[in-house]
Amino acid sequence: MSKIEQYTIIAFSENAVGLLNRITIIFTRRHVNIESLTVSESSLHGIHKFTIVVNTTQDMVQKITKQIEKQVEVLKAYYFTKDEIIFQEIALYKVSTEALLKSNMIETIVRESNARIIEITAEYTVIEKTGHEFETSKLFAELNKHGYVKQFTRSGRIAVTRSNAELLTEFLNARQQEQIELSRN
Amino acid sequence: MSETRKITGSEAVILSLIEEGTEVIFGYPGGAIMPVYDALYGFADRIKHVLTRHEQGAIHAAEGYARATGKVGVVMATSGPGATNLITGIADAMIDSTPIVAITGQVGAALLGTDAFQETDVVGISMPVTKWNIQVTRPEDIPGAIAKAFYIARSGRPGPVLIDLTKNAQFGTLDYKYEKCHFIRSYVPKPTPDESKIIEAAKLINSAQKPYVLVGQGVILANAEEEFRAFIEKSGIPFAWTLLGASAMPIDHPLNVGMLGMHGNYAPNIKTNECDVLIAVGMRFDDRVTGDLNRYAKQAKVIHLEIDPAEVDKNVKTTVAVLGDVKETLPLLTRLVEKRDHSQWRKEFDECYEIEKQKVIQHEMYPSKPGLTMAEVIRRINEQTNGDAIIVTDVGQHQMIASRYFKYTNKRSLITSGGLGTMGFGLPAAMGAKIGKPDKQVICVVGDGGLQMTIQEFGTIMEYNIPVKIVLLNNHFLGMVRQWQQLFFERRYSMTELKNPDFMKVAEGYELNHQKVTERAQLDEAISNMLKSDKAFLLEVVVEKEDNVFPMVPSGASVSDILLEATN
Ligand SMILES: Cc1ncc(C[n+]2csc(CCOP(=O)(O)OP(=O)(O)O)c2C)c(N)n1
Ligand SMILES: [Mg+2]
Repeated sequence: MSKIEQYTIIAFSENAVGLLNRITIIFTRRHVNIESLTVSESSLHGIHKFTIVVNTTQDMVQKITKQIEKQVEVLKAYYFTKDEIIFQEIALYKVSTEALLKSNMIETIVRESNARIIEITAEYTVIEKTGHEFETSKLFAELNKHGYVKQFTRSGRIAVTRSNAELLTEFLNARQQEQIELSRN
Repeated sequence: MSETRKITGSEAVILSLIEEGTEVIFGYPGGAIMPVYDALYGFADRIKHVLTRHEQGAIHAAEGYARATGKVGVVMATSGPGATNLITGIADAMIDSTPIVAITGQVGAALLGTDAFQETDVVGISMPVTKWNIQVTRPEDIPGAIAKAFYIARSGRPGPVLIDLTKNAQFGTLDYKYEKCHFIRSYVPKPTPDESKIIEAAKLINSAQKPYVLVGQGVILANAEEEFRAFIEKSGIPFAWTLLGASAMPIDHPLNVGMLGMHGNYAPNIKTNECDVLIAVGMRFDDRVTGDLNRYAKQAKVIHLEIDPAEVDKNVKTTVAVLGDVKETLPLLTRLVEKRDHSQWRKEFDECYEIEKQKVIQHEMYPSKPGLTMAEVIRRINEQTNGDAIIVTDVGQHQMIASRYFKYTNKRSLITSGGLGTMGFGLPAAMGAKIGKPDKQVICVVGDGGLQMTIQEFGTIMEYNIPVKIVLLNNHFLGMVRQWQQLFFERRYSMTELKNPDFMKVAEGYELNHQKVTERAQLDEAISNMLKSDKAFLLEVVVEKEDNVFPMVPSGASVSDILLEATN
């Protein structure tokens, strides 16, 4: 119960102003740091998806998830361990083009790590790598062995579940049914 | 209302409130809400407005109104300081699940974010303490926002919502058409009861030897007092109540064993750690009820009947969680529980009560020393009203004494600030309660400290002739804090003794009937005068300066370690 693990919370919401704030204060109030947070559209029209990564206990993530779901504009919220979802992050690395051309070392690293070069100018080269955090970190460490990395950034996590459709579909169908019944009465 | 017509946003505010059945608005005007006040001017015959003397008074009055009637309390204020003055009351309503719609004015949309005069981000400030809030910047969005606000405030677990209206939205025009809100896709106010959980809960209850029920405000909010009674009477299970669950059942019900919590009764606290099945009905295991969670009901299987999924397993881990509105889940459970008689077990509570009576209650209620006690004042109020009154308290020792000793007879007869413990709540909340329930005797029990936090509301009471009865239990101390200083800080009375005004002169200035009692012999007649008065009445009773409230579960202690008297 008290073991700290990495959890990914996925919450579906209506597109409402201020909701991001309502969600983040749930974490700050409990001193739980948000490791990464991404908001995007979902496969369902008009419905947004929050993907939030935290390191905490199961007890805490459960309570936080319920508090998120309690917000009026949140449709549903779920939490997952690493094995329950398929996830990716993306990282960008900026190195000097001079360093790239000096030897084939950078090129070899890029090849071996399945990264790719997305822009080359006379001054700088931008490398992109998608993967899990340990992979993008490893590439950073390799590229930076000789201090080549001038800029680095990594995105928040994006994730899909192993279920067939969006988990939300069932909920939406049930709600639609309720609405129809309500309007009949 | 199906045809549309063109009106201003401000008129739409008032019309929408009328559509929602609003009888009274508690409020205070100012620059950014003036258009709405202007519209109000034309509707004086259809909606009442009570001008309080401070926005905090307005919001607490709205809370008192809502708590007494079960309807949504409506409060209105201007932007900036008007809005921020509401925040304490909004936070109070949030933690005590009180349905409130707060409407605040805001600077024009074009000025948002410019630090304009009296611009504050009230939507941001109120976010953690509202169930929902919204800023409306277009007149056409006003009716929809108000409809949603009322639906959210009163459905499911009730709570406060806030609508911030920019000035341009108030001035602009719209094609007005009002449609009540009954459904929001993303919001499920009541979970649907799960039959299997009810069966599981019933099994546990039917196999219990020492079952014990804790009842909270959930039963009152759901109007499920009768359903609760049926459950109790069939199952034969003794029950205790939380501070906010007071008056869910009359005090003299044979299975009523008293109040829970830090200053609750002895038996209800002790027996929590002796029962085998604990059944929590519409309560949230506040720390003032549980004491140290690591030593709370560890021996018991816990059943939790609760409307808010986020409350389940929050503080106490449950064996069976029965989600849903208790108005629906209680009858389902009652059907499945067997008729039982737990009189042996019930008797154990009586034995504890005897101990408490001897050590505490007897000398509180019938003191032998000359100084007046708070409890004897409440006892005499009981005798003269026979419990047929609404008690509204402030926060402190007098609150605990009133809650412990009032003879609850009617539903919704205790209105008190529980979760937030807001001093200054009592007087304005009593005004709101009296406005909501004009035929009831409304008695505000207040301390000398708390009264002075919202004493300006004497002005409102005078202007609107609101006949509330105010019992000031004056110990010349911030008594509850002094008690803690005595017990836990070596009697270092830091900043707790008060030099008070002549309250009789204050009452006189505000044209309230008034009387001051310093001797026991005067008390009965004074209370009788107060109750008979058809005007507001301030009864000041000078009580012992350094009395303590007992029993007490010291903070951090287990409910089993409840103290019956001071150890130092
Ligand atoms: C707004 C606010 N400030 C401070 C407190 C802390 N507090 C709790 S009880 C209390 C003393 C109340 O004194 P009084 O109103 O005289 O009541 P008594 O305890 O003497 O009956 C104080 C200061 C509070 N609950 N609310
Ligand atoms: Mg006092």
